[in-house]
Amino acid sequence: MLSIKNLHACVEEKQILNGLNLEIKAGEVHAIMGPNGSGKSTLSQVLAGNEAFDVTKGEVTFNGDNLLDLATEERAREGIFLAFQYPVEIPGVSNLQFLRTSVNAMRKHHGIEEMNAAEFMKLAKEVSKQVDLDPAFLKRGVNEGFSGGEKKRNEVMQALLLQPKLAILDETDSGLDIDALKVVADGVNALRAPDRSILMITHYQRLLDHIVPDYVHVLSEGKIIKSGGPELALELEAKGYGWLGIEDQVAANHE
Amino acid sequence: MATTDEEVRELIKREYEHGFVTEIESDTFEPGLNEDVIRRLSDLKQEPEFMLEWRLKAYRRWLEMEEPEWAHVDYPQVKFDDISYYSAPKRPEDMPQSLDEVDPELLKTYEKLGIPLHERAKLAGVAVDAVFDSVSVATTFKEPLEKAGVIFCPISEALQKHPELVKKYLGSVVPVADNYYAALNSAVFSDGSFVYIPKGVRCPLELSTYFRINAANTGQFERTLIIADAGSYVSYLEGCTAPMRDENQLHAAVVELVLLDDAQIKYSTVQNWYPGDETGKGGIYNFVTKRAACIGKNSKVSWTQVETGSAITWKYPSCILRGDNSVGEFYSVALTHNYQQADTGTKMIHIGKNTSSTVISKGISAGRSSNAYRGLVKFNPGAEGARNFTQCDSLLIGDRCGAHTFPYIESKNKSAIVEHEATTSKVSDEQMFLCRQRGIEPEQAVSMIVNGFCKEVFKELPMEFAVEAGKLLEVSLEGSVG
Ligand SMILES: Nc1ncnc2c1ncn2[C@@H]1O[C@H](COP(=O)(O)OP(=O)(O)O)[C@@H](O)[C@H]1O
Ligand SMILES: [Mg+2]
Repeated sequence: MLSIKNLHACVEEKQILNGLNLEIKAGEVHAIMGPNGSGKSTLSQVLAGNEAFDVTKGEVTFNGDNLLDLATEERAREGIFLAFQYPVEIPGVSNLQFLRTSVNAMRKHHGIEEMNAAEFMKLAKEVSKQVDLDPAFLKRGVNEGFSGGEKKRNEVMQALLLQPKLAILDETDSGLDIDALKVVADGVNALRAPDRSILMITHYQRLLDHIVPDYVHVLSEGKIIKSGGPELALELEAKGYGWLGIEDQVAANHE
Repeated sequence: MATTDEEVRELIKREYEHGFVTEIESDTFEPGLNEDVIRRLSDLKQEPEFMLEWRLKAYRRWLEMEEPEWAHVDYPQVKFDDISYYSAPKRPEDMPQSLDEVDPELLKTYEKLGIPLHERAKLAGVAVDAVFDSVSVATTFKEPLEKAGVIFCPISEALQKHPELVKKYLGSVVPVADNYYAALNSAVFSDGSFVYIPKGVRCPLELSTYFRINAANTGQFERTLIIADAGSYVSYLEGCTAPMRDENQLHAAVVELVLLDDAQIKYSTVQNWYPGDETGKGGIYNFVTKRAACIGKNSKVSWTQVETGSAITWKYPSCILRGDNSVGEFYSVALTHNYQQADTGTKMIHIGKNTSSTVISKGISAGRSSNAYRGLVKFNPGAEGARNFTQCDSLLIGDRCGAHTFPYIESKNKSAIVEHEATTSKVSDEQMFLCRQRGIEPEQAVSMIVNGFCKEVFKELPMEFAVEAGKLLEVSLEGSVG
């Protein structure tokens, strides 16, 4: 599904990714862990096509196509979804309008009939319940005045609505209390499917109690320095990043 | 990041959709202005004697006045002698009595504009008094209006049929020598709409006028006068478009609203005159004086405007709140791009007790345009308990445009309360990235973000117009993403 080879990327002349390699097959769930500033968000932004980041070397293919040739919106329509670490507000644009515009843009691209307002309302209500968001949220401006937890649930709701091929979740667990974490995890587990891959970026191990990944990778200074199964996350929790010789800026397992 | 700016720039580029010229023979005065031209104009329109006198007085005052320079706009001197002061579509001796008699070319023009007069009027329940260049050519839905006692007709007709009403109120809100362009308009205005809503009547239809500037080198000087008698209500819609031309055309309209006790007027404008091309060539100079006088107590006037067109806009719909407890509202969206300049805002003059006013202004600047809000809130000594709330928000698209806010407050009454809020924001790269990550085209994203920014104003527009305004913003912002 996704193949990243020797990826180098920089932002504002600053080198952040330094030869990253990663293979994700259909149906797999991968977790990327790493200290703050190691380049986790950069990886997710580069995959989604944020033009603020420049790819200086390496290649990325998505289902055989050169991903780096595609514009952001084309990647999205091909099935790449990014749940943002810091979702931005769009004042005055209702969540409902935003989501319907998005869903219809995808449908149009795939030659499927666009949804009318009533049909979409029904669908959106169902999905919002799935992440325990009051349907009243649909009427509010995109992320406008949402609490941190509401924003994260809103991101998961969008993934459920759009049914992507590859969902990249950038610290969708951070800032959540135990109950909200459970809701988000349930949402993500509902996304698991044989034809869908998930790339979970997280700072903490606790999310992985709820969503058990197939693979865990540790990112440091823009490179994957260790890969393993779910047990790697537990080991990391027990021993801390220091165990891998990484400067441990933030305790790995405590908020 | 530069790429995103570049894209946004691309996307703001857009050919003017309404740029076409109708091939209709015109009766047009040779360019130039003098007392003779005014006499011919008045004579041609078979005006009562007082009107000619009034025009001549305005003209003489205008000769003594100087063009204003204080507005935050920049333009070459208008050559008033190069303008033709009258242009009417050629037609058989009489005005057409119904749509069937209207020149089919003309109707096609309306269709191109997206205003199929016939259908649209019927579907929307709107009576349209269409001003094509200078003369009103078609008025629909006269009957239900007549039944209600509402007078809605070209002002030239009102001068003949209701001279006493016109004489009483014309110039009562905007005096002939109020300002340079108002004086010019008073001298040479060719036509416009007249509305009278009798006591206690709620106008059964939304009244609508589409203005359009067609002939080359004709200044359009319409004059609108709306009188809402005690306890009456009317919603009036004004839509404007103009064809594409290289040379600049002058438009200097005057709109006067008069409100007696407990009367209400809701005046909505969607203006998309030709803004000039990408290099700043051509476009309309839009110098308009719009003012409402709430002379009755408890009267209420709302100005709602969506301004996307014209090379230069200079416009301050104002409210004179004379009656006690009267209310003035101003809701505005002004969008400028390329080399457009807009200097717009409002004046709220509080004279009566407990008068209140609300100003919500949304300025959107793109390209190399310049967009200024200029507002005056004034409390006279007698304005006991008066209050104003002003909110001015500016949205910048790209980094080559400008937004300015000039709020003036003059208070001669200590009990008056003023609240003022102002913000400036940008369509951010993060917002664009979020939209695009969700599969949305960049141009659709900008339009959605801008529409969201304008929401508070759009919700004040009549439903029909709100949809149109949304589309208009889209069109103004749209165009080929690189
Ligand atoms: N837009 C940006 N401009 C400048 N530096 C950035 C930008 N985004 C990220 N960085 C820097 O890149 C490094 C990696 O950041 P990031 O990918 O957000 O790490 P993580 O998500 O792992 O915490 C950090 O040093 C960060 O300060
Ligand atoms: Mg991060």
